Amino acid sequence: MRNILTIARKELKTYFTSPIAYIVLAIGGVIFGFFFYSALAFFVQRGMEMEMYGRGTPMNVNEYVVRPLLLNLSVISLFLVPMITMRLYAEEKRSGTIELLLTSPVRDLELVLGKLLAAFLLFGGLLLVALINLSLLFFFGNADWKPLLAGLLGLALLGTAFLSLGMLLSTFTSNQIVAGSLTFGLFLMLWVADWVSSYSGTTVGQVASYISVTTHIENFAKGVIDLRDVVYYLSVIFLGVFLTHRSLESLRWRS
Amino acid sequence: MIQVEGLSKRYGRTLAVDNITFGAGRGEILGFLGPNGAGKTTTMRVLTCFLPPTSGTARVAGYDVLAQPLEVKRRTGYLPELPPLYPEMRVAEYLAFVGRIKGVVKQKLAARVSDVIEKCALKEVRTTLLGRLSRGYRQRVGLAQAIIHEPQILVLDEPTAGLDPKQIIETRGLIKGLGGDHTIILSSHILSEVQATCQRVIIINAGRLVAVDTPENLTARLQGHATVYLQAEGPAEQVREKLERVAGVVAVKPHGPPDGRPAFEIEVAKGRDVRAELARAVVHGGWPLLELRTMGLSLEEIFLQLTREEQEASPVEDAPKGKQKEAVQ
Repeated sequence: MRNILTIARKELKTYFTSPIAYIVLAIGGVIFGFFFYSALAFFVQRGMEMEMYGRGTPMNVNEYVVRPLLLNLSVISLFLVPMITMRLYAEEKRSGTIELLLTSPVRDLELVLGKLLAAFLLFGGLLLVALINLSLLFFFGNADWKPLLAGLLGLALLGTAFLSLGMLLSTFTSNQIVAGSLTFGLFLMLWVADWVSSYSGTTVGQVASYISVTTHIENFAKGVIDLRDVVYYLSVIFLGVFLTHRSLESLRWRS
Repeated sequence: MIQVEGLSKRYGRTLAVDNITFGAGRGEILGFLGPNGAGKTTTMRVLTCFLPPTSGTARVAGYDVLAQPLEVKRRTGYLPELPPLYPEMRVAEYLAFVGRIKGVVKQKLAARVSDVIEKCALKEVRTTLLGRLSRGYRQRVGLAQAIIHEPQILVLDEPTAGLDPKQIIETRGLIKGLGGDHTIILSSHILSEVQATCQRVIIINAGRLVAVDTPENLTARLQGHATVYLQAEGPAEQVREKLERVAGVVAVKPHGPPDGRPAFEIEVAKGRDVRAELARAVVHGGWPLLELRTMGLSLEEIFLQLTREEQEASPVEDAPKGKQKEAVQ
């Protein structure tokens, strides 16, 4: 446990002494801020129109602002997570520091979990930036916090699943660009896998839609915590961690 | 402290280390000598549990590297060929991090860090970023990193590579100073290096053990091979011809720097002392003999000779092996 924290602390420090953390948080902040503004402006305008014409059902902030924003945030993380994970192992392999880590009395699993924890904390920073934006809705509106909380839980799960897969791909190469591109490609594939579900035969369609990360975040964004979605993300996380562990081990046998 | 038996390591089809057996006792400084690509780094990586052996066993401090790697790692300090530094960390911060992952307890950590900073003379760069350090400092930080957890065994891969002469002497002194409490294995392809620091030398070539001995014994063992230095006053070509005709002389090479008087390095067949004959030959030719002495064999020459012998011997050894391989296939 102590080793996990030591590794996580070191990784986090590296994120914040190199520009990566600031770039990720800045890009995330600006883009989310833009989405937030446009969603809110749209909401306000529609609300005013409704009032003017005097017909209309009351509009729900959660449904018109929070929910699309949470989905947007999952797209933003699709782009930003590769930036977070690509260096995790690739950099250590390139600079030779992996030799220090693998000859230290640290279990491989502790190393993997430590790195994942640090990456998760940085990703958590991204969620925090989003939350700061969203908290305005509580001051100036009547948003409901429960669906938001469910959505954030979903995003945390989605993020960790992405991070664990990105971490896995980073163990395959000593080139950060290669790791980053592979990660981005895989995420995009997982993202669009759902598209074929409507055209393909039932089984293929069902499988594709189950594999796709999109289908699983939608429920969370609505504020629904479905066990199936939780199980999906947890199994992806488990798979990522397990395979990273294996990949590290194979590094010793192969090199 | 270290027992290696029948250790082999194969990378795909190439055999990097071939059936090596050696040992090292407590407090001993053992030199690992060989040309680049001889298998030194691979052997060291097996000893530090970075790579598993293909066959054979390696026990470090009584623990098997395959069965109890954590115990081995706790007791070994390792300086890889390139010091494993994080360029964005500061020296003291980096050493504290390494201390923590190497299992130094919290209460002792600060004391250990300042101790190794003291030992490796890193005081003036305590808070410098590792990425900004010069080569010599990097190597010293690498060494400090290796000893932070007071390991019983130190594995140093080319600890003086890339250092300037002053730094080399300092590093040697540092390593020698550590020798008392730690068992040290260090590798090098520079022989004077090993001669200066090690009590025992292992010569390894193309993955095979060529010789294990003290530097002095190695020199003595091959003394018969000596070369003779000779300087005379006279026409170079004629002197050379005359010398070449002396029985027992293998080769005559000119020796610089020429100051008008020809000087030669004369290689003499094993076990023969032809100094008297050489002197006679020169005087016979009517040239004044200026200097005649046996040149001590440096480890360089020993090394070259041993590896040459190995190469000459190996085709014979390899033949049955090749047949075996074919039979297996």
